[in-house]
Amino acid sequence: MIEGTITKVSGPVVEARGMGGSRMYDVTFVGEMKLIGEIIRLEGDNAVVQVYEDTSGLEVGEIVTCSGHPLLLELGPGMLSSIYDGVQRRLPDLAERYGDFITRGTVSDPLDRDAEWEFVPEVEPGRSVSAGDALGYVQETKVIKHLVMVPPDKEGVIADIKGGNFKVEDVIAVTEDGVEFTLMQKWPAREPRPVLDKLDPVVPFITGTRTLDTFFPVAQGGYSIIPGGFGTGKTVTEQTLAKWAEADVVIYVGCGERGNEMTEVLSEFPALQDVRSGLPLMERTILVANTSNMPVAAREASIYTGITMAEYYRDMGYDVAMMADSTSRWGEALREVSGRLEEMPGEEGYPAYLATRIADFYERCGRAKCIGSNGRTGSITVIGAVSPPGGDFSEPMTQNSLRISGAFWALDTGLAHRRHFPAISWLKSYSLYLDRVEEWYSENVAMDWKQVRDKAMMILQKEAELQEIVQLVGPDSLPEFARAVLEVARMLREDYLQQFAFSEVDAFCEPIKQYQMLKVIITYYDVLQEVLVKGVSLKEALQIPFRAQISRMKDIPNQEATERLDALQAEIQNELRKLIRY
Amino acid sequence: MASDRLVTAEYRTIHDIAGPLVFVRRVKGVSYEEMVEVESADGRVRNGQVIELNDDLAVVQVFGTTHGLDVKECKVRFQGDVIKLGVSIGLLGRVLNGLGEPIDGGGNVFPEKELEVTGSPINPYMRDNPNDFIQTGVSAIDGLNTLVRGQKLPIFSGSGLPGNELAAQIVRQAKVIGGEEFAIIFGAMGITRREASFFQHSFSETGALERVVFFMNLAEDPTVERLITPRCALTMAEFLAFSYDMQVLVILTDMTNYCEALREISAAREEVPGRRGYPGYMYTDLASLYERAGRIKGKKGSITQVPILTMPDDDITHPIADLTGYITEGQIVLSRPLHNKGVSPPIDVLPCLSRLMNQGIGEGKTRGDHRGVADQLYAYYAEGVDLRRLVAIIGEEALSEEDQLYLKFADQFEESFLNQADENRDIEETLEIGWNLLSILPSSVIKRIKPENIEKYYPGEVEVPGEETEAEEVAEEEVEAGADIVEEAEGGEAEEITRDLE
Repeated sequence: MIEGTITKVSGPVVEARGMGGSRMYDVTFVGEMKLIGEIIRLEGDNAVVQVYEDTSGLEVGEIVTCSGHPLLLELGPGMLSSIYDGVQRRLPDLAERYGDFITRGTVSDPLDRDAEWEFVPEVEPGRSVSAGDALGYVQETKVIKHLVMVPPDKEGVIADIKGGNFKVEDVIAVTEDGVEFTLMQKWPAREPRPVLDKLDPVVPFITGTRTLDTFFPVAQGGYSIIPGGFGTGKTVTEQTLAKWAEADVVIYVGCGERGNEMTEVLSEFPALQDVRSGLPLMERTILVANTSNMPVAAREASIYTGITMAEYYRDMGYDVAMMADSTSRWGEALREVSGRLEEMPGEEGYPAYLATRIADFYERCGRAKCIGSNGRTGSITVIGAVSPPGGDFSEPMTQNSLRISGAFWALDTGLAHRRHFPAISWLKSYSLYLDRVEEWYSENVAMDWKQVRDKAMMILQKEAELQEIVQLVGPDSLPEFARAVLEVARMLREDYLQQFAFSEVDAFCEPIKQYQMLKVIITYYDVLQEVLVKGVSLKEALQIPFRAQISRMKDIPNQEATERLDALQAEIQNELRKLIRY
Repeated sequence: MASDRLVTAEYRTIHDIAGPLVFVRRVKGVSYEEMVEVESADGRVRNGQVIELNDDLAVVQVFGTTHGLDVKECKVRFQGDVIKLGVSIGLLGRVLNGLGEPIDGGGNVFPEKELEVTGSPINPYMRDNPNDFIQTGVSAIDGLNTLVRGQKLPIFSGSGLPGNELAAQIVRQAKVIGGEEFAIIFGAMGITRREASFFQHSFSETGALERVVFFMNLAEDPTVERLITPRCALTMAEFLAFSYDMQVLVILTDMTNYCEALREISAAREEVPGRRGYPGYMYTDLASLYERAGRIKGKKGSITQVPILTMPDDDITHPIADLTGYITEGQIVLSRPLHNKGVSPPIDVLPCLSRLMNQGIGEGKTRGDHRGVADQLYAYYAEGVDLRRLVAIIGEEALSEEDQLYLKFADQFEESFLNQADENRDIEETLEIGWNLLSILPSSVIKRIKPENIEKYYPGEVEVPGEETEAEEVAEEEVEAGADIVEEAEGGEAEEITRDLE
């Protein structure tokens, strides 16, 4: 144990003397209150420590102890349905021990030491095991079978292994060389867990949100960013995805955001059911909550805490989704600490290494062949919210995230003011995964998925161009076919793109229903243009009240969608064509 | 720790003084953020706080001016404790200075507790969902951006706009349906005497004075003190809410002055500036204030915050407004054009938002149709405002009949829904006005309200979409009448194209 003394205190940054022998990013305990911190700079015998808690009351000369290891996370059964702070302390446990407010110098084991889990061994003594091999499993929740794996740095021939009820620290297996395995393993948060191989992302990450799935899909193992000014719906989008997205495990990191929002998640998730399993959402969810008034350095760590837990479940072969709300707060935490270190600032006061840090983080997601001998594959999809100051996308956090992200879901203040939600701009957003997931869609949804999608996009683009003309000369001077474009674009906007996140039926829209809804609108468009050409006036055509029917498509339950939407499509074709006079 | 010290050490080792900062050398046993007394040669005592420790050097930030301080004669005494506020229920009805000392001549109050003003974050797990509707009597807030108990909802004002008046109106009228009255904590930061007396008068007229605690840091008071004032106010609020189960409404005005003070101090400390010279940690700093609103599981009390800020140059993207918007649960934005039109309060509803609205409204809280009505009013108004721009170019005559209705809607919405002056409207009235406005357009274009609610509340006849209406029948006759009908609205060019395609 290395012990030094405090020489300087400035906000969350503390300098200590006599720390020779300590290493970068080692966890330290500062002062008599034992505040948790990490070493972020070493100069000779002096160490600079970033403290995760409020430093008021610290004195020069107080003791600083270095633990000799980096910030380690505990990975094992019991993580699911937990709620942690940025450095993996269990918040309910803290509340129980220390009260309603988070006071300083408090500790909590990330995994409950007393909880017992039934371990079912899957290997026999005499088997040689190496990194990532499953020794057996624990049924962690009803939906998640938790594989107990050999940690990445261990191997050997199993000498003894037993099933039964164990606590997380109990030894469940021993190798011939005396290496012991427990239900739990530890891993440094800032270090990516190894994989055998990274795979191409080709399967879409189904979110149930029409704009995202149809127009700007992200693939499993991809990463997407949602930038938007305040009030544009970043958090609602993140929460909607956490609720409905097709993932085995969801990790929701509330990084420097509002306390009441976390409360909303906390009170809502246990009550909500997973659309697929019918079980409470919490059974597959881990929450990491580091609200904006909690210490800034722990906010910086919270992102790594989240992604490390995600990697652990990916190693078991699960598809994991991580929501980070918001990465800007993480960037700001970097900036704040960098400022305290008096580093040379880059753009807008952010440290020059901002881009590197962002890239390092996002590169930890992806689809991968997991370590272990039975060829598991798993994925981590990261959806990162970005909160650009003033809604200005040219700022460093947005730009640096854009450079590496695969999908860009731009939230638009104008749409939000109009209460068009999700306020994702169809003109500014893009997805680089479109070509990758096309194959999946044509196999699983419909052959012409891409054509229908592209046509819808074309109509929306066309509308934007026409709107410019309308601004100058008014809609009535446009030719009829152009007015038909405006009419259908309006349908697309109001009856397809808009989706109410809190609606019972519409919050999750199955990919097949999405396709059929879009197909109805596109059919309407095609037939409309067809009859216009044959001399039917637009006014006549619009008098058949399909618009009302189309606007109610959203409320058709997923199960009935195929039948009713096919009928509607046929009706549109018949009724409109009847107008043609031969 | 320093608080164990029995004797207060006195130093005469000031090394240099820069702005509000005093650098003291050769100190020992001083703790970070400890309170300090600085006594100048003429015996005047100023308060201060340790803001940085570096070996035997302590950087002290003095509250108040450093006029008359010198390097040689000045004495510095470290108090051995971080800044605390003595709180007591007896402070209700009192006027205190920015550091929480009584200035109304009423004498000192014996404190029940001494609390650190920086406070601690509420454990997110222990937070309770804010979901009680607060009726402010202002339609634009109640109807469209509902305030709930435990929320932080700032007012974004501009210089010369009636932000304070709106806050005073909220304080006067705010009530929870069937609930108790609010205790009001008023934190004034750098406001003028005129503004301060406006609030005092406003509270005394309604007989609310004995429920108010004033924390006054006026424009002429020391800048640095401004950083302490809101913390004192919130400490008092927490005490009343969580020790005395009271419903507390905190008004903080003006947050812009607070942020200016933050920038001033940051510059004096020679920190790396962020956007527009404000320190990079301003988000965190503001969050440490705003996040002190809320409710706690198992406790009856609550803290609701209504901070007021002045957007410099009416710019909502200015860092102060921007960072506030990112932390608070929505915002109420005042607009100069509406103010000039005579709309009072001039709330520009389009950029307004209440993030907790859904939790506070609906059946059993307000009314089942509330959400739908709000969304529909928003949609129509946004459409109308868009069309105004179009009208400026092409004239009103060129608009279709339906579009002209949207325009009419937008005008009447401002006139009768937003404009209410001092009227105190209950939620039923607000919704009724809303429905009357919605009836400007036919019920068939209503998209965001459930059909059963349209049926129930729409004044006038409800058109059922899908069934044939008169207009359609006429149209069909026309169709039957022959193919040679040419639409009036069609331009010549359009016709040509249609014919060509044929």
